[in-house]
Amino acid sequence: MTTVLLDGIAYGMILFLMAVGLSVTMGLMNLVNLAHGAFAMLGGYVTVVSIERFGISYFLCLPLAFLVAAIFGLVLERLLYRRIYERDHLDQVTFTIGLVFMAIASADWLMGAQQRLVELPELLRMRIPILDTSLSLYRLLVIGVCAVLALALQLLLVRTRLGMQLRAAVDDRRVARGLGIPVPRIFAAVFAFGCGLAGLAGALGIEVLGLDPSFPLRWIVYFLLVVAVGGTGTVSGPFFASLLLGIADVAIRYWLPELGAFAIYAVMVVVLVLRPHGLFARAG
Amino acid sequence: MADERTAEIAVSGAEDRAFGLAEPAGIGLLWAIALGALGTAWFFPLHLALAADILILALFALSLDLVLGFAGIVSLGHAAFFGTGAYVAGLLALAGWREPLSGLLAAGVVAGLLGLVASFLLLRGRDLSRLMVTLGLGMMLHEAANKAAWLTGGADGLQGIRIDPIAGLFAFDLFGRTAFFYSLSVTLLAVALLVRLATSPFGLALRAIRANALRARLLGIDVERHLVIAHGLGAGLAGIAGGLLAQTTQFVSLDVLAFQRSAEVLLVLLLGGAGNLWGAVVGAVVFKLAHETLASITVHYWTFWLGAMLVVLVLFASDGMTGLARQLAHRMRRRAGARRAPGS
Repeated sequence: MTTVLLDGIAYGMILFLMAVGLSVTMGLMNLVNLAHGAFAMLGGYVTVVSIERFGISYFLCLPLAFLVAAIFGLVLERLLYRRIYERDHLDQVTFTIGLVFMAIASADWLMGAQQRLVELPELLRMRIPILDTSLSLYRLLVIGVCAVLALALQLLLVRTRLGMQLRAAVDDRRVARGLGIPVPRIFAAVFAFGCGLAGLAGALGIEVLGLDPSFPLRWIVYFLLVVAVGGTGTVSGPFFASLLLGIADVAIRYWLPELGAFAIYAVMVVVLVLRPHGLFARAG
Repeated sequence: MADERTAEIAVSGAEDRAFGLAEPAGIGLLWAIALGALGTAWFFPLHLALAADILILALFALSLDLVLGFAGIVSLGHAAFFGTGAYVAGLLALAGWREPLSGLLAAGVVAGLLGLVASFLLLRGRDLSRLMVTLGLGMMLHEAANKAAWLTGGADGLQGIRIDPIAGLFAFDLFGRTAFFYSLSVTLLAVALLVRLATSPFGLALRAIRANALRARLLGIDVERHLVIAHGLGAGLAGIAGGLLAQTTQFVSLDVLAFQRSAEVLLVLLLGGAGNLWGAVVGAVVFKLAHETLASITVHYWTFWLGAMLVVLVLFASDGMTGLARQLAHRMRRRAGARRAPGS
């Protein structure tokens, strides 16, 4: 029971880190980026390569994964994504699915089709007892890093000038532009930051999520579910949605393995049909 | 009668804006398919299996055109109905019902019913939630088929399907000749039906809804009923395409339900251009030929080029090839008009 709960929380935290960027970009620019998972995959592969080829410590790999994914995101935003903001959702979905297929084939070509694992540092494999079970330091690190980041993001959004501008832009892009808020620049920054967070999640979550070329496709439903349940444009919505999803998914896999991913897809469809704007979305 | 007139009025407004992009295909499309297919059979008798593949893909894309191009329902899970049809046809044959035509009909009926039921989930919400709901439905069905191995064979698929000769006369042969003519006949029938549908009051009403649902509703069109029927018909046609694939290849695997297949058929339709029936057929031909060529160069990484095609398509030609052709024709006509003007 406690094991399922703790595993679910760690897993949900990673989902949050992966999906929060998507939720913000969807709220801000109305952009449906199905290729968001590719940035998480990039972070994962950056970690694998830096550890195996260059022997960099796992702890240093995490910021590195963030940086590489963020820079990649910024470049792609300036080169490609910028051109499809004004298009309808079908065009955006087609475009980003194209990117997903390209990412999968590239990862397959560069890294091989097999599952990749990293050797976690000795320190992280230590276990500490909690209630009737024990928790590895790795899971604790995951929960800690994600919780701190979630709190920081919330403060950033609510307390800072940038956060205020961002919220204004989400509420009404045109009025925000009229007030002199540099919406395109904010968007590029937020997009890159979201990609960076996804990259970090990919690096941090290798043990939990696995890493192989089909990664971006496999997790699309989970991203969309987080956004669908949590609504767009807030930090708390996706956060609670991810936790709920993480715990539910682990519990289903643990107690009803024969259902597999079926239950998650069913939940997604039901939520979307009943509450098209998310369970935790703000009214109006 | 009133239905017809209101729909025509609604459509004419929409077409002015899109300079005739939604112009329906006529009998010309039927001739083009028949002549093209027979020409292929005459000049490339060794490539009949590929030609049958193209026809099935074209039929699948046509079914999506009815849903997306005419009714305007965006879908990322159309393979759900294709796969359902394939499994129904395959399971019937394995259970001993080997008569092909009734098997194909059953595939279409079951998939169509599923499409009718699913369409009620798609009535609420706009494009984005429809995209996600169809994606979820498609993945649900794929996972269900994967887990229900006792019925679907799981990852191994349905093997050893045997089909009786068509009408007791034409046995399925090794060269795919029967499969080819069978697919051709079914596709031609479906196209005839769709051409008729596109010019019927029902088809006009659908295009009015796609152009502006609110306006269509104000004109007295029952939007929900039209969308449900269109989606059911589209799903049924997709099921027939899937059934054709199962019967002609005598094998059904899980990938008939895969997300990749939904994405692929969307690409085919967008490549050709949605909403005019020609696009689905042109797209299927171009896509399959490109696939064959690219796959012979890079067997493994061909999905990269699939992705690149999608990206380039959206960036440079979001109306597809028929859209490009029409723009070109439009421009040439204007130039010709300008040349004539000073002289007159």
